Formats: sequence, C-alpha cells, structure tokens
Amino acid sequence: MITIIDYGIGNLHSIERAFQHVTSEVIRTDDPEAIEQADRLVLPGVGAFGACIREVRKRGLEQPIQKAAARGVPFLGICVGMQMLFESSSEKGWHTGLGLLKGSIEALKPKNSTLKVPHMGWNVILPMRLTPLLYKLPEDANCYFAHSFFANITNPQEVIAYTEYGDILPAVVGRDNIYGVQFHPEKSHDVGLRILSNFAQLV
Amino acid sequence: MPLAKRIIPCLDVDQGRVVKGIQFMDLVDAGDPLEQAHVYNAEGADELVFLDITATHEGRDIMHDVVRQTAEQIFIPLTVGGGIRTLEDMRKMLHAGADKVAINSAAIRTPNLITECAEAFGAQCVVVAIDMKRRSQGGWEVYTHGGRRATGIDGLEWAKEAQSRGAGELLVTSMDRDGTQIGYDLDLLKRLDDLVQLPVIASGGAGTLEHLLDALLIGRAHAVLAASMFHFKQVTIMQVKQFLHDHGIIVRFI
Repeated sequence: MITIIDYGIGNLHSIERAFQHVTSEVIRTDDPEAIEQADRLVLPGVGAFGACIREVRKRGLEQPIQKAAARGVPFLGICVGMQMLFESSSEKGWHTGLGLLKGSIEALKPKNSTLKVPHMGWNVILPMRLTPLLYKLPEDANCYFAHSFFANITNPQEVIAYTEYGDILPAVVGRDNIYGVQFHPEKSHDVGLRILSNFAQLV
Repeated sequence: MPLAKRIIPCLDVDQGRVVKGIQFMDLVDAGDPLEQAHVYNAEGADELVFLDITATHEGRDIMHDVVRQTAEQIFIPLTVGGGIRTLEDMRKMLHAGADKVAINSAAIRTPNLITECAEAFGAQCVVVAIDMKRRSQGGWEVYTHGGRRATGIDGLEWAKEAQSRGAGELLVTSMDRDGTQIGYDLDLLKRLDDLVQLPVIASGGAGTLEHLLDALLIGRAHAVLAASMFHFKQVTIMQVKQFLHDHGIIVRFI
C-alpha cells in the first residue's frame, strides 16, 4: 500500500494517478496514525518550502513522519517533498526541514547567466551508484524538472543521481529507506512510471 | 547535458473537439483531443497544451472532463489555457489534472492575478500566454480575447511585467504568423530572450522542420509549440526530434 501524505497543498491527483497506473493500492491521507503506520510513504510538495512544512506541522504530521521513517519504511519525497527531507531552507526566510538528510535548500543561481530559472523541462539524470529505485532505467534517462531551489548536500554519499544545469545538482538523493527526487516522476513519462513502480516494489 | 528543448503540440479545443484555424479564424475540425494526446504522447511529445477556445459554461465543463481523462492516462506535463479568469478557475483546472494553467486576457485585465496564482500554486504552474502583433511603427502590441481585441500595451513591456509579477513561463504567440506556416517571428523571440529570465515557448507560424530549428537556434526559445504541422500529419514528433538532433539541438528521445 502506497500512502501519499496529503497536507492540503498542491495537486496530488497526478501523483496519485501515476501510482495507480503502476500499483493497485494507493491512498491519500492526512491522518497522523495512518501515516505513522504506513508501510510505504510518499511526501509530495509544490510551491514554497515554508508553506509546505508549516502545513505538515500544523496537521501534526511531523512526528508520525519521523517515526515511520525511523521504522525503515520505504519513503519517497518528491520535488518540494524531497527538499523537506533536508535540514533547512532559505526560500523566503529561513525554515527548518525534517532533517532526514544532511544539507540545506538554496536558491538556484546558475553560473552561466544564460540559463533560466526555474530549471524547467526535461533533463538527463546521471546515477552515481546502483539503487533499486533506479532499477532498469534506460541510459540517459530524461526526467521532468520544475524548480528554482536545489539541495546543497553536506554528505555526497547521500546523492544517488545528479543532473547538470550550469552546475551539477542533486536529482535523486537518499540513504537507507529514505529517497527523494527533485524532478516529477509522475510527469516523466515511462522513466517516471518506472521509478514509481520500483518504489512500490522496494523491500 | 543542458536542458532538452521541448517540442509541444498544441490542441485548440472547442466543445470537446480539436479545431484549427488560420490567424485565429476559420476553424476546421481536427479530431478528438484524448485520442490525439495519446498519439503525441506515444510519439515522444515533451508536453501538451490544450487551449480551450469555447466561450460557454457548458464548454468549460466539457474541458474539465477532457483534462481529467487525459491526465488519467498520460504522464507528461499538461498545460491548459483559455477562459481562465480567476484563482478559482485555475484551481478547478489544476484539480481536473492540469499541471500548468495559462492565463491571457484575465492577466491583462487584472495583472495581480499572476501573483495570486503564483503564490497559491507555485510559479511553476503559472504560464502567462501573450498574443502579439507587429506594429507598423515597430515593436509588438498585445491582443486579448483570442486575438480580437487590441490593448495598446507593448508586448515586450508586458512580458517583463508578467515575469516580475511571478509568471513561471511565457507562451508567446505571434498573431501575424499563427496558422500561416511561414515560420516563427524570430525577431520577437530574440528580443524576449534578451529581456526576460523565464523560459519562453514560441508559438505561431511553424510549417517546416527548419522553422522549429530556427526558433530554437536563432530565436533561442526553450520550447516550440506547433499545431497545424502536427495535426495534419505533415511531420511526426519523432521526425522533428531526429531533425533537431541531427542539427545539434538537444532533445529528449523516448
């Protein structure tokens, strides 16, 4: 069963539909107990980091998320959901995150000034190591990105794949059971569906 | 590798059917939107745009259904525009399954709508669509209401303002070129690229593979939108991508 954490921000329909395409059991919930006991958790997120984490906390979901993550259930953060896995963000002020991964979320400022922000569109991900999440992806797999902030990671071991946009940016991050993707797998065609399907089958 | 240039088929939808006109007039039936979305998706389209050109309320409900069905089956970004007047209209379209919503006339009337939508849903889902026509004395003028109403507003100035108000992307249509298949307005695209930091989607005038290449290479557009050349099956998305790739443009292959 995939449990999508619904904290009232953004449009979860597309993530839900994409999971329904690859697995049979998907629920959306903001119930702390259901989240704490989930056997597979997805944390989505769009828009501003501060607004997202505030809603997560307002609904009393931080503790259940932390407990589930500590229990070792497969956990996937998507876009701002991935960003919330880190310790802090400097988007519109300063906000603390869930601190499951080391690093901070910072504004994207490509050194090459002809590169536009947001980083919006299809870009290739470059895996750094083998992981079941990226099992059976084609070479030069393209994923759909739409973001203006990125994860400035502390521990390079926590980067699973990079993408290149002026600098190299973390595209897939994680350790143990915790994963995060900066791009939108639910919008990344067959490559994205493969990643979601891999996540649904993680043991 | 830099970002792939996006190839975006655009479907003008009226009462649940795809239509295509020349310079915003003379509409002809060009098929079923969902069916076409499937074909484009299978061919490797990087994104889809639906423009709802229906004026009526029932037409709007039909559009929600079209978007819902499409989003259930197709997993690439879907932009929907046409008749979005309020934050609530935008919310409904996003809930139906759109990933981005394009606002046009309403943004001219109420520029703050751009900011409101960007704050509510994130800049990444706010596309400001601008229809422009060359002025005889130089420059471009913004038109609204499907190209029927001149606004007196300078196109480049409006593009800058849309950016400062929080737009995530600009979809710029040259009305002089729309449906003519004589090529994009490259001067306009270059000027926009110099002026704004946002990704620009070029629209209006695509007729040949070279036109698409020119818009990306000379016009420095981030994405090209085309309707006629795809609907009437003059070329497939795959042929476009192969051609661009052969000319050194980075594209996404599936």
